[in-house]
Amino acid sequence: MEAFTVLEAIVAPLDRPNVDTDAIIPKQFLKTIERQGLGKHLFDAWRYLEQDGKQVDNPEFILNQPIYADARILLARENFGCGSSREHAPWALADYGFRAIIAPSFADIFANNCVQNGILLIRLSADEVDHLFHEVAANPGYRLRIDLPAQEVQTMGDSRYCFPMDAGHKHKLLNGLDDIQLTLQHEGAIRAYEAARRQSAPWLFRDGV
Amino acid sequence: MAAKTLYDKLWESHVVHAEPDVAVLLYIDRQLLHEVTSPQAFSGLRAAGRKAWRIDANIATADHNVPTTDRAAGIVDPTSRLQVDTLDQNCAEFGIEEFGMLDPRQGIVHVIAPEQGLTLPGMTVVCGDSHTATHGALGALAFGIGTTEVEHVLATQCLWARKSKSLRVWVDGELGRGVTAKDMVLAIIGKMGTAGGTGYAIEFAGPAVQALSVEGRMTLCNMAIEAGARSGMVGVDAITIDYLRGRPYAPVGRIWDQAVAAWSELHSDADASFDAEIRLHAADIAPQVTWGTSPEMVAEISATIPDPARESDMVRRKGWTDALAYMDLQPNTPLSAIALDKVFIGSCTNARIEDLRAAAAVAKGHQKAASVKVAMVVPGSGLVKAQAEAEGLDKIFKEAGFEWREPGCSMCLAMNADRLEPGERCASTSNRNFEGRQGAGGRTHLVSPAMAAAAAIAGHFVDVRDWSAQ
Repeated sequence: MEAFTVLEAIVAPLDRPNVDTDAIIPKQFLKTIERQGLGKHLFDAWRYLEQDGKQVDNPEFILNQPIYADARILLARENFGCGSSREHAPWALADYGFRAIIAPSFADIFANNCVQNGILLIRLSADEVDHLFHEVAANPGYRLRIDLPAQEVQTMGDSRYCFPMDAGHKHKLLNGLDDIQLTLQHEGAIRAYEAARRQSAPWLFRDGV
Repeated sequence: MAAKTLYDKLWESHVVHAEPDVAVLLYIDRQLLHEVTSPQAFSGLRAAGRKAWRIDANIATADHNVPTTDRAAGIVDPTSRLQVDTLDQNCAEFGIEEFGMLDPRQGIVHVIAPEQGLTLPGMTVVCGDSHTATHGALGALAFGIGTTEVEHVLATQCLWARKSKSLRVWVDGELGRGVTAKDMVLAIIGKMGTAGGTGYAIEFAGPAVQALSVEGRMTLCNMAIEAGARSGMVGVDAITIDYLRGRPYAPVGRIWDQAVAAWSELHSDADASFDAEIRLHAADIAPQVTWGTSPEMVAEISATIPDPARESDMVRRKGWTDALAYMDLQPNTPLSAIALDKVFIGSCTNARIEDLRAAAAVAKGHQKAASVKVAMVVPGSGLVKAQAEAEGLDKIFKEAGFEWREPGCSMCLAMNADRLEPGERCASTSNRNFEGRQGAGGRTHLVSPAMAAAAAIAGHFVDVRDWSAQ
């Protein structure tokens, strides 16, 4: 997994609350057995229109505006990523090029899935997010600098917003770590737990029933 | 000893290792696998040369992509077929038990695991599916995970997890006639909002919850995720134990007695405290209908569609305006005036035998409205289907002009051939009314099975409490 330290990039604003993972990546793209290649289907229903049986870009959709072509930071409203647990949502966001999302709140499963895929989720207050939406609208090509070690979002005008961060998630993102290797360092503890449970609750093991 | 919540008990009994201030390594007793969220997990294992840690902790079935007609003909869509074939191959390679597409035990993972006794009280249950919360109805800690975590559980039988805060939803009194667990949970979501439970584990409790069957409790816990919570749960009582007795994978004999004794502790202590509590009165809950594109956009059947102009919160006002535009609905329209193109009775929320009985009781002796193109009944599992047929429910549905299908997720998310066409409006017993959920451009209204059946016959929403008078 790619490590995350500091990112300076253009911010794309997606001004709607409760953006669900069905909207991020609709079901017809979940039939893949791969992790890669989902970026072109990100926000498919909003991003494309059907014209004469052909798929064309919807000029109204924010990501289709040329100014946001190189956006790496997504600015969103509350409860972003709600609904289905599909990890295809962060796969699509990452494959498209987003490395960080700023919003007042994120759904729990989506947030977990983002950490597994090197996407940094930044929780700012609803007022701060609202202010950033105004800034993005007023300043074409608006950029932000995200400093994960310092847990700060920095504007080009040198304002700073601190954001909270789970220490474990931060460590994982900074180092691009894979959990399985880390967990297998506790193999002895897992075996000991299993042995004790086999004694106290044998019905949890199908050969124990 | 300090009083504990059910969630405390479930959590503490599964801690393998605790890192100070970071996360806990939590042991997982049961993992359910399906074809959509597992292929990349198995590829990951294969690439790293890893085996499954504990094969017997896993059970697999294909449910999202499977056709609900002519099962023996196989899957027509090649990408759907590849995904289902990939699950078969992965299960064979890694030695995991699978209920294949033609097995009578096949069905929606969240229907078949409780049905088989594969979900037991006191377990941690995970699945790459957000509706895993369903299994909390049996006093288990059950939650949805992503594919990377599916791989992690396959490889280590554990997950790194952080304890949620606790929220008790307490429902007093008794539900009125014609009002169901589905109406209860929609009313709860209407009150809490879809982000109200974010960061919480919900325990549903109180006299109205205790009065529900295990199937009703599953409907309730199933939609905890629609209130933002990864897990919902109900304490174990005699109803839970009665439900489990004799299930194929439930313990027997001396081990059963030992299990029952342990399970009887799986409820919150009387003086346990919760981080938050929400209280409702069951008698205040009427049949619910969603009108928008988020489950929190819900109202009782006698209501009219709200006017965004009267909402003072600007973000919410915009959300409502966008939703009504997508749904092609006008403010102040009575919900009972909304006409339907299709009706879907099914999904992990409402496709168990009691749901089908409730829908059949309404449909019996009536005819689907001519204006409703399709009313589809999709049982949650092969065994639910067989039970319904033994009771003659299939006949009632077919005589009323409904279609009787093979089990699967079907039009809850339209990954198979069952879907809405752009602009079509559907009364659905599923769990999500998101834009395009049941097919691109489709419009979904969430209701209970009885309300869906009544809407299929009337052609528009009606109050099922008035049904017997019709």
